[in-house]
Amino acid sequence: MYAFEFHRASDIDDALKQLGADDEAQLIAGGQTLLQSLRQRLAMPSTLVDLGGLTELAGIERDGDALNIGAMTRHADVAGAAAVHDAIPALAVLAGGIGDAQVRNMGTLGGSIANNDPAADYPAGLVGLGATVVTTEREIAADDFFTGMFETALGEHELILGVRFPVPRRAGYVKFPQPASRYVLVSVMVAETDEGVRVAVSGAGPCVFRVPEMERALAADFRPEALDGIRVDPGGLNEDLHATPEYRAHLVGVIARRAVAAALS
Amino acid sequence: MSDSSIGQPVHRREDERFLRGQGRYTDDIHLPGEAHAYFLRSPHAHARIRGIGTAAAAQADGVVAVLTGEDLAADGVGGLPCGWQITDVDGNPMKEPAHPPLAQGKVRYVGDAVAVVIAESYWQAKDASELIEVDYEPLEAVASAARALTDGAPRVHDEFDDNCCYVWEIGEGGEVDAAFDSAAHTVSVDITNNRLIPNAIEPRAAIAQYTPGEERYTLYTTSQNPHVTRLLMSAFVLQIPEHKLRVVAPDVGGGFGSKIFHYAEEAVLTWASRRVARPVRWTAERSESFTTDAHGRDHVTRAEMALDGDGHFQAMRVRTTANMGAYLSTFAPSVPTILYATLLAGQYRTPKIHCRVTAAFTHTTPVDAYRGAGRPEATYVVERLVDACGRALGIDQAEIRRRNFIPKDAFPYQTPVALNYDVGDYEATLDAAMEMADVAGFEQRRAEARSRGRYRGIGYSTYIEACGLAPSNIAGALGARAGLYEAGEVRLHPTGKVTVFTGSHSHGQGHETTFAQVVSDRLGIGIEDVEIVHGDTDRVPFGMGTYGSRSLAVGGTAIMRALDKVIDKSRKIAAHMLEVDAADVEYDDHGTFRVAGTDRTLSMPEIAFSAYVPHNYPLETLEPGLDEMAFYDPTNFTYPAGSHICEVEVDPETGRVEIVNFTAVDDFGNVINPMIVEGQVHGGLAQGIGQALLEACVYDDASGQLVTGTYMDYTMPRADDLPSFRVDTRNTPCTHNPLGVKGCGEAGAIGAPPAVVNAVIDALGPLGVHDIGMPLTPVRVWQAIQQAGGSRAA
Repeated sequence: MYAFEFHRASDIDDALKQLGADDEAQLIAGGQTLLQSLRQRLAMPSTLVDLGGLTELAGIERDGDALNIGAMTRHADVAGAAAVHDAIPALAVLAGGIGDAQVRNMGTLGGSIANNDPAADYPAGLVGLGATVVTTEREIAADDFFTGMFETALGEHELILGVRFPVPRRAGYVKFPQPASRYVLVSVMVAETDEGVRVAVSGAGPCVFRVPEMERALAADFRPEALDGIRVDPGGLNEDLHATPEYRAHLVGVIARRAVAAALS
Repeated sequence: MSDSSIGQPVHRREDERFLRGQGRYTDDIHLPGEAHAYFLRSPHAHARIRGIGTAAAAQADGVVAVLTGEDLAADGVGGLPCGWQITDVDGNPMKEPAHPPLAQGKVRYVGDAVAVVIAESYWQAKDASELIEVDYEPLEAVASAARALTDGAPRVHDEFDDNCCYVWEIGEGGEVDAAFDSAAHTVSVDITNNRLIPNAIEPRAAIAQYTPGEERYTLYTTSQNPHVTRLLMSAFVLQIPEHKLRVVAPDVGGGFGSKIFHYAEEAVLTWASRRVARPVRWTAERSESFTTDAHGRDHVTRAEMALDGDGHFQAMRVRTTANMGAYLSTFAPSVPTILYATLLAGQYRTPKIHCRVTAAFTHTTPVDAYRGAGRPEATYVVERLVDACGRALGIDQAEIRRRNFIPKDAFPYQTPVALNYDVGDYEATLDAAMEMADVAGFEQRRAEARSRGRYRGIGYSTYIEACGLAPSNIAGALGARAGLYEAGEVRLHPTGKVTVFTGSHSHGQGHETTFAQVVSDRLGIGIEDVEIVHGDTDRVPFGMGTYGSRSLAVGGTAIMRALDKVIDKSRKIAAHMLEVDAADVEYDDHGTFRVAGTDRTLSMPEIAFSAYVPHNYPLETLEPGLDEMAFYDPTNFTYPAGSHICEVEVDPETGRVEIVNFTAVDDFGNVINPMIVEGQVHGGLAQGIGQALLEACVYDDASGQLVTGTYMDYTMPRADDLPSFRVDTRNTPCTHNPLGVKGCGEAGAIGAPPAVVNAVIDALGPLGVHDIGMPLTPVRVWQAIQQAGGSRAA
């Protein structure tokens, strides 16, 4: 890694001030992606502004029909929290399947969604559950938050405070891992909510996406069999060593059916 | 004397220091005044170097020196030598390109070292390396051996007309062709043995020091064979007198073959340590391990079997193309030839075999021995072909093997491909494996899995390997440029404690325990009083190191020979002390000398004391002291063999393969420590299963870029990829070494891959899949199902 300044933010205002003062400064939350980039000399920030001290951003709290999770909440805490298990067990499954124990003890919800890796778990979780991202400036619907590969709607000096997950009637999350990295090859969050059924897919495309045809079919009949015959177009899906677009398209169907089964179990 | 520890699962003595973090690996060693090296490596697979600008780097903070291939050449430093010369079908020596430790004129693979920066800190060296201006002229590259051998392919070495290193063959081609012409059945398979990256947990590292007052060099390095490194570096590369070079390989964290070889960094650091008059250290980053540790495998083969009407093998014909990489690594030429084609008889009586091997240079990392080295490739060919024969002729997989096994009363057995198997009982391991694997209940399990939407299959691999490398005269006739004996020294101290010096090297094998068991048993001295010393050319008289499952069979035998000398001398000392003829002194083989027919005895410690305090001692006929050394050159290879049975379930929707059972019953000859043997089998199986299901080193053929350059894309086996193994042995003692041992370190990696692949093919037969290439990743399995016409199943 290259040399950089390190500043541990004392509060949210301090973090924003540091960020605003230096164009080359970068925030670090759990560091599970950024540290690798630094080690490989793929990133060269002038200053790292560490959010690790902002305890006010960590926490899980049930608020009526919603579950509020702070941006600095670690994956392990989401996976283990009784409130998550009670309200949205599929979200606990999702968080418990990220990386390994070390990653889950360091990585954060805010860091993951701000990075918007196409092979990350949380984007499907947020979009599938119809969550809202709360920032220092506004509230952004998950559908509008993830804008492209490693791209989000966040402004340059905008900090994620947390995510509000509406509690669904039922939801299921299933991940098919890429064999080497165990990131997502294809994962699907299926949720039946008051607003309707949502099906969101991570890993298959350059950015998380919904499958309206599946949502319509499940709204009529929330069973795995309802998805039979629905084909996802491989056009535009990711291609790499581990999967062709055709295989990813096929897996979306398989994994979506399993996610529905998980929601029903 | 306590009970013998031979055959007992004695806990590994070395584990205590490893588990407490008290191991001493190369990177743990620090020398006063040391500087740090960083190697600048080529980002191109093939490029001409028009110039290297080092001025800015040389001025950077903390930089001691920036050195390039030109500096090496100016100092007369030679190229890295190849330790094995293959003679081709026309009687000509293989093509042997120059291999400069730092590139000169051209780079030939991604990772080829271009310059070394030596600085006060590692980060200063790395920062400065970014200031080096290398003027590359990128050239066309070729990564696949098949394309490298085509007309017009980019040439790897300008001094040769083409990329063919050699064409080599074994067996009588004409006789084999004739057998095929008259065969009742012929069966063929086309297979690829995927390239692998070794991935030892400890990356390669080295520290070199020059001591001017003594004109002496010391190199600490992650080596499986420090004496070989000393020999190669002193005689061929640096022309340092051998007695002025000490090579130390301290604790080493895994090798799997990749640390046999003499690497460029070792030579460059040793040379540079004198130039800069500082100790110089280097530890590879993991990315460097991926691009610069010698890779393994990478064969493409067509294999054919001719059979009679009853399924008896009549002849086998094999055509293999082997990828050597850009340069010849230390033992690379022997791997796809001597260590491969000689194993093609397997456990079978196939009377005629012909194999032709074409080796190619490519713009990739050099390929050399990796756990099994040629023998996994051979076993994969044989066992995939035998499996295909069973399927083609409708003969049960166990039955077609039994029908062709060399029977146990046929040993010693001369194969048509040079080897002479001394002993074995293949039916015994197959019987035991089938029982342990509950083959009888398989069809019921298959049906049950089918009811869950899973396709279950069972696959066999009855393998053989040749270990205990090797009779030096035979190896020499086949092109080895080194002997393959081993040395051992046993030193009894006056207090009855023992130090054993062995040329074998332990980097995970547990020699400090196993070898101590052997010595303790033979001398009647407790294991705790026996120390095993290895890995230091100044302490150990000589050695050829550890590879090819040779340590106990060859290194252990050298120790046994030294023990024989100790006991011979001790008998004479005892005779003097007991005032009888030496002929009247009996040794019980466990530490006690006795005057025949009496209760007058002496123990080994009593004799050792007398040897060093020779007051009552035959000084006129016998030297004082009790310290003996021996060399041992084996008379034959050893032939471990076994039966592996794998059971898998395939999810036809996703293509994911799960190994649900894996049984390995091996014949390793006598077993000194069954716990260590079992551990070796487990590790080998994990690597073999890794090759079959997970691991693949992938290059982009056109650019020569390594696609799988990190763990994000190179799939290492993890614990949850593996089942709980069922392992056992059915041993027939080796007939030609005193311990009766054969070797066990590579068996798992050799036997497992075809068992796994055969199981998946068995599972997917109902979907019309009859062939699939390693690694059997979900996407490949799914594609095979699609291509076979199996629609979205279940």
